[in-house]
Amino acid sequence: MTYHSLKQLAGQLATGKASSVELCQDYLARIQARNPDLNAFITVDAERTLAEARAADALRAAGNAGPLTGVPIAHKDIFCAEGWLTTCGSKMLYNFVSPYDAHVIEQFKKAGMPTLGKTNMDEFAMGSSNETSYYGPVKNPWDMARVPGGSSGGSAACVAAGLAPAATGTDTGGSIRQPAALCGITGLKPTYGVVSRYGMIAFASSLDQGGPMARSAEDCALLLNVMAGFDGRDSTSLEREQEDYARDLAKPLNGLRIGLPKEFFGEGLTGDTAKAVQEAIAQFKKLGATTVEVSLPNSGLSVAAYYVIAPAEASSNLSRFDGVRYGYRTPDYTDLTDMYEKTRAEGFGSEVKRRILIGTYVLSHGYYDAYYIQAQKLRRLIAQDFAEAYRQCDVILGPTAPTTAFKLGEKADDPVQMYLSDIYTIAVNLAGLPGMSLPCGFDGQGLPIGLQLIGDYFSEARMLNVAHQYQLATDWHQRTPGGF
Amino acid sequence: MQWETVIGLEVHTQLTTKSKIFSGASTAFGAEPNSQACQVDIALPGVLPVLNKGAVECGIRFGLAIGAKLNRVNVFDRKNYFYPDLPKGYQISQFPLPIVEGGSLDIQVGEGDKAVTKTIRITRAHLEEDAGKSLHEDFHGMTGIDLNRAGTPLLEIVSEPDMRSAAEAVAYAKALHTLVTWIGTCDGNMQEGSFRVDANVSVRPVGQQEFGTRREIKNLNSFRFLEQAINYEVRWQIEQIEDGHKIQQATVLFDPDTGETRMMRTKEDAHDYRYFPDPDLLPVKLDDDWIDRIQAAMPELPGAMRARFQRDYGLSAYDALGLTSQREMATFFTDTLALAGEANAKLVANWLQGEVSASLNRDEKDITQAPIAPAQLADLVKRIADGTLSNKLAKQVFEVLWTEGDQHGHSVDAIIEAKGLKQMSDSGEIERIIDEVLAQNQKNVEEFKAGKEKAFNALVGQVMKATKGKANPAQVNELLKRKLA
Repeated sequence: MTYHSLKQLAGQLATGKASSVELCQDYLARIQARNPDLNAFITVDAERTLAEARAADALRAAGNAGPLTGVPIAHKDIFCAEGWLTTCGSKMLYNFVSPYDAHVIEQFKKAGMPTLGKTNMDEFAMGSSNETSYYGPVKNPWDMARVPGGSSGGSAACVAAGLAPAATGTDTGGSIRQPAALCGITGLKPTYGVVSRYGMIAFASSLDQGGPMARSAEDCALLLNVMAGFDGRDSTSLEREQEDYARDLAKPLNGLRIGLPKEFFGEGLTGDTAKAVQEAIAQFKKLGATTVEVSLPNSGLSVAAYYVIAPAEASSNLSRFDGVRYGYRTPDYTDLTDMYEKTRAEGFGSEVKRRILIGTYVLSHGYYDAYYIQAQKLRRLIAQDFAEAYRQCDVILGPTAPTTAFKLGEKADDPVQMYLSDIYTIAVNLAGLPGMSLPCGFDGQGLPIGLQLIGDYFSEARMLNVAHQYQLATDWHQRTPGGF
Repeated sequence: MQWETVIGLEVHTQLTTKSKIFSGASTAFGAEPNSQACQVDIALPGVLPVLNKGAVECGIRFGLAIGAKLNRVNVFDRKNYFYPDLPKGYQISQFPLPIVEGGSLDIQVGEGDKAVTKTIRITRAHLEEDAGKSLHEDFHGMTGIDLNRAGTPLLEIVSEPDMRSAAEAVAYAKALHTLVTWIGTCDGNMQEGSFRVDANVSVRPVGQQEFGTRREIKNLNSFRFLEQAINYEVRWQIEQIEDGHKIQQATVLFDPDTGETRMMRTKEDAHDYRYFPDPDLLPVKLDDDWIDRIQAAMPELPGAMRARFQRDYGLSAYDALGLTSQREMATFFTDTLALAGEANAKLVANWLQGEVSASLNRDEKDITQAPIAPAQLADLVKRIADGTLSNKLAKQVFEVLWTEGDQHGHSVDAIIEAKGLKQMSDSGEIERIIDEVLAQNQKNVEEFKAGKEKAFNALVGQVMKATKGKANPAQVNELLKRKLA
């Protein structure tokens, strides 16, 4: 059952072939065996998981099971979950046991899906390799010497290695899609506002969005049905009709217009990744789609705009971690200022500090107009580019990441190289659009390659349909890493 | 050299919403420390603010009350700084786009008949959240933090530097206090910190155009302290300049024990608050319907009521101001008038401004706690008007009402009857007493006839004494004159 789809697992539960307790025990056993190498989980609490599994089995016995009741899921350690250690990958929250559930966690609880554990991540979701986690880097199951991507690296790795059938992630600049690509799984970042941010520890509030990570588009659709929904506690949550994201999965792709941004197919895209993406395009044509070249002229500026806006918001969002009320506090200090300085110097890692410094700088008096206001203008231009492109196409296609998984330590000392890992994904967050990554092949070293789909606002169901039809015709998403 | 004082005020008014501006926690005063701080108020990881529409409504109401421009789109910003009683490390406030811009408030400057109206311009008013409280006592070597107040909604009202004396500043602060309590956006309780004043004070040579360098006196929570602090600060600044020093821009605190201000921080220590729009909150949109509904529900405002009292009832500016100092006082006045008749407006005003106010002050009571009701005051005034009671007797009746009556108990007529306080107007009875007095005071009669006016007054006094003050003095005068003619 290691690599079963959610539908298969739900089927086993529905037919009584397995109980939720049994499913959870199997996954917990795999976690126990493999996590020490993989380091995909920060917290595992078998007792808590099994208690939730028993509750799910009882729900089913009482005839009140929903479509996914009893199917376990792992949660990125950015989501506050009552009674669970919730660290956000940081020493700053090494002892923070959340007294409340994030909206996303509530939704999964309501659906009767037990929590398998809290997954490792870049500290405060700042990173593209999972190397900034205070709890050590996560390994890529396809090559244990390589990174899984980030920041949702633990979630991607545990699904790729079969330690969990699915996981939640969050995506601020590519943190669901890039690790999904590097680990050969499927991940979706919804339209900004579709998934509530309440209880999701904030990195950059105007960009953060939670989403599902799983083995297929179909699984992602089922998970999004659980995660999405209006939440009055998040002012940016959108009040919309509840929709069934799986409703269009079976639709044929005849007449689908795929936009290919010329900026994504320039000189930066080479080798195996370029080849795999081209083959995917050919596959879509076979399925009845047509392609059209579109242009996103300002997309080249998205990394620059992002590294103003995201750190600016982060510098303010992370101010609450001050040692006063919860989390880490330095053991020795002389006065209040000393306590603040030492707590934050010792509690935050270097990447987080770098971003707080950048963010503080760009918001400072005299620099605000030159950086923050300019970046916001770029953000509007980038959104306009997409709006223009969607006059000619239904979905935009391109690579998710410029390279496949790189080696641990390879980019750790070069922040700019690291930031460029998200060059294809960042514009999507700036525009607030939905985007997803799905496996489309392997490079010469056997590492997975990700294909990115970018939809117009609220076109998740259409994107999932496109991805699902592709996955019916290909088996990249069913490949599993050797040794797992 | 002649110096001119320039003052602008920033007033933090706590809004009357039941819950906080960005969370559902209660705003009630005086609860156990940290018992009214929910997960949003203590800024747990992951929590988010949700705007309380009631606070916005208060902002709209205030903007309408001062004739301001309401920004149809206004924006919440983050003001970033570290302090233990600021749980998020930033305060949510409004900076470039506040809910209210412009507007003005009229104040009375000068006393009595010399009082003139002066218009104080208001720069802006913005919504923001309050911080918690740091408790430095009771925790040896440590500081206690109480976050009950964190997230309490405030409307900060910023005036232009239009005031030229401490007295004007106090008049403005009082007028603002009257207005915000009148429209119900603030309970005005200064002891509990619901109405806190910061005063920006500078001085300049009379005739100079540019303003002097200002110092800001923080957190004055009584009108008396406001006046004392400004007067001290003005003297201090003038001394400094005359001694050849320059004023440094600074924030100062007023110490009520010493009556002095002392430096808190200079401009050099000022924070860079790194304001930026709060991405957790959407811009606030005010639609016309909403504004119209609030406008329709607005009470008559103190300024308009003051003008009406002067125009319709011929009241003095002083009386009109006094009667509109508090909405409940104005209501008491109009309620009394409705029963006593508008012809008695001046009499009612005199009683409210005189005996009633004095008794309230003496007993440290508010008009809402007055032991008499408008119906009783109306009866009292009617009995004065119809001659049943002299002013002196009326005061005795009032005393009984005030000390023994409850709001629904004693009627004026019953007291007059029971205590025998009815004014004697039976001229036959008075004449009989006058005859007795004249008979017993022949000496005075002779003196009067010899041309001594004083002797006449002595006789009046004797008659009043004999009637226990119940005779109508005018009537006594007239009858005496006739008898002695």
